[in-house]
Amino acid sequence: MRVIIAGCGKVGITIVERLVREGHDVAVIDTDSKVISDVTDNFDVMGVVGNGASYSTLKEAGIEDANLLIAVTDSDEQNLLCCLFAKKAGGCNTIARVRNPVYSGEIGYIKEELGLSMTINPEYAAATEISRLLRFPSAIKIDTFARGRVELLQFVIPEGSVLSDTAIENLPQTVRVGVLICAVEREGEVVIPNGQYILRAGDTISIVASPNHARNFFSRIGIDIHRVRNAMLVGGGTIAYYLSRQLLSYGIEVKIIEKDRDRCEQLADLLPQAVIINGDATDHDLLMEEGIEKADSFVTLTGIDEENIFLSMFAQQHNAGAKLITKTNRIAIDDIVSKFHLGSMIHPKNITAEYILRFVRAMQNTIGSNVETLYNIVENKAEALEFTIHADAPVVGIPLAELATKDNVLIACIIRKGKIILPNGQTSIEVGDSVIIVTTHRGFGDIKDILKA
Amino acid sequence: MHYSIVIYILGMVLRVEAALLLLPFVTGLIYREPQAWAFLLVAIITTAVSLLLTAKKPAKYVFYAREAIVSTSLAWIIISVFGALPFVINGDIPSFTDALFETISGFTTTGSSILYNVEALSHASLFWRSFTHWVGGMGVIVFMIAIIPMTGGYNAQLMRAESPGPTFGKLVPKVKESAKILYLIYFGMTLLQIVLLLVCRMPVFDTLCMAFGTAGTGGFGIRNDSTASYTIAQQAVLTVFMILFGINFNAYYYLLGRDKRQAFRMEEVRAYLGIILVSILMITVDIRGAFDSLFLAFHHAAFQVSTIITTTGFSTVDFDQWPSLSKGILLLLMFIGACAGSTGGGIKVSRVVLMARMVKQQIKQYIHPKSVSVVKMDGKTVDHETVRSVSIYLVLYVFLFILSMFLLTLDPSKDLLTDFTAVAATFNNIGPGLALVGPTRNFAELTALSKYVLMFDMLAGRLELYPMVMLFVPVVWKKN
Repeated sequence: MRVIIAGCGKVGITIVERLVREGHDVAVIDTDSKVISDVTDNFDVMGVVGNGASYSTLKEAGIEDANLLIAVTDSDEQNLLCCLFAKKAGGCNTIARVRNPVYSGEIGYIKEELGLSMTINPEYAAATEISRLLRFPSAIKIDTFARGRVELLQFVIPEGSVLSDTAIENLPQTVRVGVLICAVEREGEVVIPNGQYILRAGDTISIVASPNHARNFFSRIGIDIHRVRNAMLVGGGTIAYYLSRQLLSYGIEVKIIEKDRDRCEQLADLLPQAVIINGDATDHDLLMEEGIEKADSFVTLTGIDEENIFLSMFAQQHNAGAKLITKTNRIAIDDIVSKFHLGSMIHPKNITAEYILRFVRAMQNTIGSNVETLYNIVENKAEALEFTIHADAPVVGIPLAELATKDNVLIACIIRKGKIILPNGQTSIEVGDSVIIVTTHRGFGDIKDILKA
Repeated sequence: MHYSIVIYILGMVLRVEAALLLLPFVTGLIYREPQAWAFLLVAIITTAVSLLLTAKKPAKYVFYAREAIVSTSLAWIIISVFGALPFVINGDIPSFTDALFETISGFTTTGSSILYNVEALSHASLFWRSFTHWVGGMGVIVFMIAIIPMTGGYNAQLMRAESPGPTFGKLVPKVKESAKILYLIYFGMTLLQIVLLLVCRMPVFDTLCMAFGTAGTGGFGIRNDSTASYTIAQQAVLTVFMILFGINFNAYYYLLGRDKRQAFRMEEVRAYLGIILVSILMITVDIRGAFDSLFLAFHHAAFQVSTIITTTGFSTVDFDQWPSLSKGILLLLMFIGACAGSTGGGIKVSRVVLMARMVKQQIKQYIHPKSVSVVKMDGKTVDHETVRSVSIYLVLYVFLFILSMFLLTLDPSKDLLTDFTAVAATFNNIGPGLALVGPTRNFAELTALSKYVLMFDMLAGRLELYPMVMLFVPVVWKKN
């Protein structure tokens, strides 16, 4: 697919990286020639220096033949204008990043009038992700497939859990709940485990299950499945605002610590139910006074990555039981940070990129490939993909045990007529099924890609 | 530097060369020449070496600008060495130094020769000699990228190292596709030229070799008088195609696309055609007395101007005998060279245009010391990085030029004009110079040292200086 990306900031680059890896033809537009030369040095893309909202620049980037334009410059207005022109010039699909709450409020109207295919608000998306985690604190990450019928949860096996030192094939006897372990990360290595694989405490595992089964599973293995009752947020930016609104609507108490007096007043006005504290969260006494030791959850949302990481480490030391969520913008070296047990790491740029990629996948589905949904799991080291099975797929009607699949490919789940089937060797895939594949390979575009060549 | 990836790429390049070596072998078989077998032998050796080099796939495709540049320059050296072997083995050019000179001259599309009697060569060798022009014109690495599936997405770095010109722009988002498009245009135009030459009743073997020589803007002829004995019509076809192959290939891509006017708006192409036209007119007036008719004077002026500015190097007449104004113009054209992104060499028209504008800007700066102005090209502001690299390119160019000339003067048997034009002709990938290395003479009498210096110059000129200079920087070779 031919994709044009206007704006090469953090999100832009992340999208470029993924799209190139998946084999798309990508052109990037940015006003900064330095940025463009960096991108074209590192990725196989075409670079155009210029304003994405100018027709001649768009033409140079090949708008006439493009299938999709993604506008992710830091200006909402420019993004919208860019999409408008692209739509008029090339009739392609358009995605705009719109983060100003004024526009977000009337996004439905804007989308309709400008013919946008999708808009994305990075702060809102990050807030939604965080609130999902707070409602299910034991998981590090939760993704959904098949319109929410199947969940993919990632969590760490605690010390002394019944799971530790158990081989996966013995799991059904131990927990008696239908779940499937599809990926295990141990010491930075990701494996798609087989039946003989023995789990250990400290492993980060990803499981596939229906929401009900997932909850049963967690209670069987002795993990708390209750959502948090209160949340302490450090930093009162836009994400904090969206997050508080969502949490409050679920009845979770919210306390926001913010340095800036004026912002505090704004927040107090916008979120009358939340407790707004004006103060510096790096102040040890302030955190103690506001009850960090008793808080159910602690979310660091300041604009400085280092501060967020240190605050989370501090919280971890004083309140080991709390659910920690650490936001970082720049620093994305999860493999190092995860050694400090900082709970869930949130990267707004990755979330935005992931939302957009999901759209791209779905779009590609209509031209050739048939990936319905795609998630990057265990810190982007593996992918979970959802395929719809068509009549000509070479996997139909063959028991899974007889399918010659590549190594490190797992058929995690089959959804047939709304029913969830956790497959075993005798199960076979039928036409019309949705199939979820977990793999460490990259760039699968069709269900036949799981087979050995 | 990551050696494993460099070795792997060299192996891949050799694989391509091994396949290409089969063409002269087939040619030789058609003419029933014993010399042909040398090509098969070398093809086998090359394949073996290639397999050896690619036996161990690099664990990681780590690839930075450094690896790309080193792979490119080493690739050009290694294909020249293997490309020279058949000449030595079949005895057409017994001396290895001479064979290497001839092959480098071929791949870099220079066209400087060390042969007195070209016609004595076997058809297989003649074909290979001309075919190296065709391969070198658009680039071996570009060819490799276009046809060999390579994992790892850092091909852009490789292509940049091999593409001539101050900036590198892709035609389409993917390098592989860009490379394919370039070669398709290249192939199509070569084919068209072959057909036209056949229409003008040139013998088939000649059409192939001359078309290769023109397409790569190389300049090896297969007759002792280069192109003098061809008919006026045949020479006219060569003239037109030399000019066409000296144009930036992006222009052809635009012509094939929707917005054809874009091709004519390219300032570089306009400047290039303008320079050609003015030079032809001036020389025609200057040499009109020496020919029977004004048309003939125009014809030879046009041929000579296009052969020099595109850095091809064919010759129809001995322009060494022309008045000094004409010789002066041709000498200037040697340095200007063809368009960036074409198969020609030289400093490149776009650089010359940019430099002229930079000078203008600087003069303006002296007149209005506080004025702020930018250099523009094709209606776009040229960024500082490009401006800087163009000026430094010129500095390095002059520096290498002087150094090479100095090394050539160590051999006292030549006059200074010979030294100067020998370097100019090889460094700009043209072919013949003036005086002892003029159109009717050749490079055979030079000392071995001079020949190696000129070989370096040819490679440096073709690869735009930096890749070859990088080989002499010790830090580049450090393992990391």
